[in-house]
Amino acid sequence: MAHAALPGICIAFLLYGQKSLLVFLIGAACSGYIATVCIQFIVKHTRIKEDAAIGIVLSVFFGLGIVLLTWINQHEGGNQSGINDFLFGKAASLTGSDVNVLTVTAITMIITILIFFKEFKIITFDRAFAQGIGVPVSLLNGVLMFLIVSVVVIGLQAVGVVLMSALFITPALAARYWTEKLEWMTLLAGVFGALSGVAGAYMSLIAYVPTGPLVIIFATMLFLFSFLFAPKRGLCNKMIRRHIERKKLRSKQLMYKRGEQL
Amino acid sequence: MNPLVVEQVTVAYDRKLVLEDVSFSVPEGKLVGIIGPNGAGKSTLMKAMLNFIPRMHGNVFVYGKPYEKQRHLVGYVPQRNSVDWDFPTNALDVVLMGRYGHIGLWKRPRKEDVDIAMQCLDKVSMLPYAKRQISQLSGGQQQRVFLARALAQDASVYFMDEPFVGVDAATEKAIVQLLNELKMRGKTVLVVHHDLQTVRDYFDYVLLLNKRVIAFGETESVFTYDHIQKTYGGKVTFLSAAHIVG
Repeated sequence: MAHAALPGICIAFLLYGQKSLLVFLIGAACSGYIATVCIQFIVKHTRIKEDAAIGIVLSVFFGLGIVLLTWINQHEGGNQSGINDFLFGKAASLTGSDVNVLTVTAITMIITILIFFKEFKIITFDRAFAQGIGVPVSLLNGVLMFLIVSVVVIGLQAVGVVLMSALFITPALAARYWTEKLEWMTLLAGVFGALSGVAGAYMSLIAYVPTGPLVIIFATMLFLFSFLFAPKRGLCNKMIRRHIERKKLRSKQLMYKRGEQL
Repeated sequence: MNPLVVEQVTVAYDRKLVLEDVSFSVPEGKLVGIIGPNGAGKSTLMKAMLNFIPRMHGNVFVYGKPYEKQRHLVGYVPQRNSVDWDFPTNALDVVLMGRYGHIGLWKRPRKEDVDIAMQCLDKVSMLPYAKRQISQLSGGQQQRVFLARALAQDASVYFMDEPFVGVDAATEKAIVQLLNELKMRGKTVLVVHHDLQTVRDYFDYVLLLNKRVIAFGETESVFTYDHIQKTYGGKVTFLSAAHIVG
């Protein structure tokens, strides 16, 4: 999704002439939508499976986006406009009004998710059943897609297009290790994302390194920590438990053997 | 008034007809088995009746009105492998999803919804597993959770897509008991079924399907050697067919 949004953002910039979150949002939504249509078209009319179709379409869109981005940088005074920061992100390039937009979007999103939590849960778990009991699936799916596109556009400036999808997935993956409830997982994913964001942005200020990669590194570290040390699902605890079980089993076998000998 | 009337349903994928002119009408309180070989369009028929895939032609009436207006009266139990069982939720939550239609948009489940969900879990002997993570349930237990969810929905007509596939004997028995209880309460249940041996024991009516309706009616009169042969294109051997028909 993030990759598919890039050409739309570039075209929106070329048409509008300057940086504007709203215009970028429209551009990203359009090219994201076109990418989705392309993917569905390929899946429906060829023997290519969905994952392969996603790979093909996204890489083409991303390539197109990079071409446009390079062109903008060379021709349109893109350096001044800061559009090249979209590749790797630069939190420092955010202006005061950008921050306001970010805040408003974040609050709107949290409220939307709170209102439709139950519905989002059922359409992600079992869409067919949701449709059967009269949940407006296509409408809610549209709302969900809109939320995702908004996050992509807004996150692009901070993290960059290359790593946006990583920022989407990694905190949620890490959160999955700590809980079995979707409510907690959602909350935790938000907290992990925020933590990585703060740490990454801070480090980037100190070390003069682009923000995006640092944020992702922090998110990945959180994921690795969860993967290894989470209480129930973590790898270490699993290994320790297995070790204890094996010991128990061995001492049991030993006792049986002794019993036989006696 | 019959709870389910299907008229001339025709479905095509890419101009290739997969269901042709399917019509039948089910009286209230009957268990109906939908029988046919792989690729006969059994699941497709269910999905087309539920509007999950577009119908090229035909109508579905539930208690006299088009299905679109009667959605709330129809419960659906999808194939077990149609969802990701690693989804972070527990058995009770899944059953509660059956109540969402009653709860309405953006409202939280009330205490009575939770009570109903618990009762439904109890009916499929899954009460002890209410708080169990769904990924830690066995195949049969997962199937029972799906059934409990359909019960919680409190529909009048049920569509079940292969509920007996890959479950152990205990679960199979539990499902049969549940089907009979639904029937006693005047519900109408359609079941996509594979095991020819059990058709006579489980179902009052059968729909023999192979792209078109081969035969439909009371099991006694319709589930015959000739019809089975016709449905399966002569692939069921004489001996086994004779055995099935009894």
